[in-house]
Amino acid sequence: MSFNIQQIRADFPILTEKIRGKQLVYLDNGASTQKPQAVIDAESYYYEHQYANIHRGVHYLSQIGTDLYEGVRKQVQQFINAKHEHEVIFTKGTTNAINLVAYTFGRKFIHEGDEIVVTEMEHHSNIVPWQMLCDEKKCVLKVIPLQADGTILLEDAEKLITKKTKLVSVVYVSNALGTINPIEELIALAHKNGAKILIDAAQAIQHFKIDVQAMDADFLVFSGHKIYGPTGTGILYGKEAILNGMPPYEGGGDMIKTVSFKGTTYNDLPFKFEAGTPNIAGCVALGTAIKYVEELGVENIKAYETELLNYATEKLSAIEGLKIYGTAAHKSSVISFLLEGIHPYDVGVILDNMGIAIRTGHHCAQPVMDHYGIPGTCRASFAFYNTKEEVDVLVEGILKAKKMLS
Amino acid sequence: MNTINNIQDEIIEDFSMYDDWNDKYEYLIEFGKSLPLIEEQYKTEENRIHGCQSKVWLHGEMKDDKLYFFADSDAIITKGIVGLLVKVLSGHIPKEIADSDLYFIGKIGLQEHLSPTRANGLVSMIKKMKTYGIAFQANANN
Repeated sequence: MSFNIQQIRADFPILTEKIRGKQLVYLDNGASTQKPQAVIDAESYYYEHQYANIHRGVHYLSQIGTDLYEGVRKQVQQFINAKHEHEVIFTKGTTNAINLVAYTFGRKFIHEGDEIVVTEMEHHSNIVPWQMLCDEKKCVLKVIPLQADGTILLEDAEKLITKKTKLVSVVYVSNALGTINPIEELIALAHKNGAKILIDAAQAIQHFKIDVQAMDADFLVFSGHKIYGPTGTGILYGKEAILNGMPPYEGGGDMIKTVSFKGTTYNDLPFKFEAGTPNIAGCVALGTAIKYVEELGVENIKAYETELLNYATEKLSAIEGLKIYGTAAHKSSVISFLLEGIHPYDVGVILDNMGIAIRTGHHCAQPVMDHYGIPGTCRASFAFYNTKEEVDVLVEGILKAKKMLS
Repeated sequence: MNTINNIQDEIIEDFSMYDDWNDKYEYLIEFGKSLPLIEEQYKTEENRIHGCQSKVWLHGEMKDDKLYFFADSDAIITKGIVGLLVKVLSGHIPKEIADSDLYFIGKIGLQEHLSPTRANGLVSMIKKMKTYGIAFQANANN
């Protein structure tokens, strides 16, 4: 272990909460991560001491707020190694960022008969915006099929990504299965065919290093709340030239240069895509969250979480009648499972009564569940503040649920 | 007389014997397992109540002025609660069902299962049972 787990746990006040009289074991990090005290403090400190609306204010507080907000943009730029600060657009989250691309890039550059390629393991937020676009523009959504182990085959991707493809929009890490997709190969395939590629990094950014220039991503999106930051924050990264070619998304304040009833001119990047007063306090605290993650060290996080995943996989696999869904060689710290003959909802209820928070259901990835012909799964997803002792508590809980429900 | 409220009170008394969650859920699970399955012919899409997580089927029919319910779920804890609801509401006249106040769920500490965010179909099931009551009541008045 390369970092002090007890010290880390002490940074997250919620981890000492009692749930129904039992010590909380929080294993629903795929849905959202808990917040360190520093993030909570950053948001309240901003409201208590620094708050005012940003941009264009000449007064002291407005300038402080603008500096903080724009400082986080620079921080995100460095975190993902974007070439320019203005390639980083603040959004409400991953869903909002994907919809932004669908409405702007999609509406302008994707036409009747053009194809968009996704995988069968996408979250609904990377399916539905494209289905809506396809309805409107009469373009076609192509799906790279899932294999039994929860991976995709590159030869399938090679067949489906063609000269007709305008956009490939794929998840980096599956939220339901934990599969890490071969993203470099998919990017190369998209570019070879003249298509752009959007990478949904909602389940990746908190687990390992991402370098948008090295990978040559056209778009990359993620949510703040899954990387220990506040809800309602998110990032759209896009290459400068592509973003400049896109029409604005929402109209309003901040996104304009001049407005008159004869005509309006739009602002430059990044403001063109940031109409209205943004989630300033949230973005400020997102900066604190990213700083926290960087101080722990992304590589240290990856190593520790991999160790936890391996430990949990071994322990859970030893439970008779337990089947793990998603057994890819490259996996993130997510374990989706079912107990034979037992509905996942029932397992979730029993574990909840023991203070163990997992997620049950389709995880907003119904096509994945349909693929396996199951109603849903139980999903335990681990963060760097989880421990092997907590995995043991989970195992005890599963055994108890199995006994009660069999 | 076996009124809706009498049955609710009986259930509350039964559950008062269990002081921890473990026993309560053991009872609910056993009760769920002991319930007869709904006949396949009633497991139709029309009778299915869409929860996000567990499936619930509900069929209602009139016999001698009384409304009877048949229900099922693919999750056993949900099925146990579904069974309790059927036990309370089935076999009463439609107006009583439509006007019923289901206080027993809160009293036996299962209120959380009725939260819409649980998405187990139970909130919709109660709504549908009452809608059956209202519909058959209207028929009776015609």
